[in-house]
Amino acid sequence: MARVKFLCDADRCIECNACVTACKNENDVPWGINRRRVVTINDGLPGERSVSMACMHCTDAPCAAVCPVNCFYTTVDAVVLHSKDLCIGCGYCFYACPFGAPQYPRVGNFGSRGKMDKCTYCAGGPEADLTQAEYVKYGANRLAEGKLPICAEMCSTKALLAGDGAIIAEIYKERVTRRGYGSGAWGWKTAYKDGVAL
Amino acid sequence: MNTAIQFIRAGAFALLLIFVAAAQPAVAQQAPNPTAQSVKEEQLLKALQPGSVISGRITIPDGSAATLIQPEGQDWRQFHQGTLPIIGAISIIGIITLLALFYATRGRIKIDAGFSGRTITRFGGFDRFVHWLTAGTFIVLALSGLNLSFGKFLILPIFGDAAFATLTGYGKVVHNYLSFPFMVGIALMFVIWVKDNIPNKLDLDWIKAGGGLFVKGVHPPAKRFNAGQKGVFWIVAFGGVVISVSGWFLLFPFTGGQIVGDQQFWVNVHAVLAMIFISAMLAHAYIGSVGMEGAFDAMGSGEVDENWAKEHHSLWVEEQKKLAGASPKGAVPAE
Repeated sequence: MARVKFLCDADRCIECNACVTACKNENDVPWGINRRRVVTINDGLPGERSVSMACMHCTDAPCAAVCPVNCFYTTVDAVVLHSKDLCIGCGYCFYACPFGAPQYPRVGNFGSRGKMDKCTYCAGGPEADLTQAEYVKYGANRLAEGKLPICAEMCSTKALLAGDGAIIAEIYKERVTRRGYGSGAWGWKTAYKDGVAL
Repeated sequence: MNTAIQFIRAGAFALLLIFVAAAQPAVAQQAPNPTAQSVKEEQLLKALQPGSVISGRITIPDGSAATLIQPEGQDWRQFHQGTLPIIGAISIIGIITLLALFYATRGRIKIDAGFSGRTITRFGGFDRFVHWLTAGTFIVLALSGLNLSFGKFLILPIFGDAAFATLTGYGKVVHNYLSFPFMVGIALMFVIWVKDNIPNKLDLDWIKAGGGLFVKGVHPPAKRFNAGQKGVFWIVAFGGVVISVSGWFLLFPFTGGQIVGDQQFWVNVHAVLAMIFISAMLAHAYIGSVGMEGAFDAMGSGEVDENWAKEHHSLWVEEQKKLAGASPKGAVPAE
């Protein structure tokens, strides 16, 4: 089975935020929550770079380790998903996540945290594939339809790559070799312990 | 006329050729390098100070989303899954072991002179209300808190995912709500008892005598509260304030700091202190119930046996008798 990953080629990203918009639309993401976001580093300075970031679906995910109710699970494609039926909205996964992926709708008393929401790699949740119940809680399940995440599919400059980690790493390496530069596979070292050697 | 134009054209062309020829080697030498100054992830990770994050600018209103990578999440995970359960297990299992050893060697501390049959009012209704308000909420807060740290290892395997998540979900709600009466209890307790809990020289003697806890028949004199009880008071006062403040910042995220690291800090403070607090209260509950004959009445009915009072709070009994004449029955409640 493939080990799927995201890779954002920051030298191609033009900060158009199409990935963010496409994600919100495809998954009907609740108001106030962004499963994906684009962060610009050194904004306005020479050599600024923008990186599109979401859940990186870490190997040995810290969110899953700290969850007090064990609501996380990893699919055969190495996508890290969670059950909103089990989640109690404690916030621990947000503290542990290196990428700020988990977010909580403000519901209930004191505007306290509701059930956590995060990027599902467009792979839905524990409910049966492509059901209404799954869509309402987790959004689209494009993987079950044989498609890749909408953010990467929509990327206008093909900066954001999704798919088998080994293949997208090859594509990125080839790009770097051909054009002569690359700012790195953002987040890979933190998420998977190894980056892409350039 | 024609020849003049041709001449100019030829001249311009020649000039162009010269320019192109002159420019060509210069262009070849300055190959464009669009990444000469660009940020690289590797550089940023290397330059990262412990506890800081890689962040940038974001165009959505959620400012905390500007943090791109916070590697310290992994450190917090290590603390939360490794260090914290160890601290908790050592302090709680440790105190239970010590109490069991104490019970095995010393047994239940009896009233040496036996029950007199006469009682003296130790705590009036309001004192007891404040005590049990704080104690009752503390027990629920402690159990729901411990469940967050240890539940998935101890309780989840018994009840299964769904039932455990439901239980823990209610636990979270209860923990959030009961924190408020608990904070009220801590505040009231401080106000009504602080005047009798200022340490003085008498406490040194009490501590030197081991409080009379370890030797039968030894009862160092004490006023309304002895050094041990004062210790409990100050543990509750300081512990209560810190646990309330840290808990408040967890209840209302990002009021105690702007970044995730601050939330990590407060949850660590809250959790470590809670473990120590729970251990201290286990010892307090032991000596106030199973560990000492006649002690529970102080917070139960509020009426303690006169002999118990004479042995553990000799100076307080004298004060009370002076206040109310000879009859201990008519003593003013210790408020």
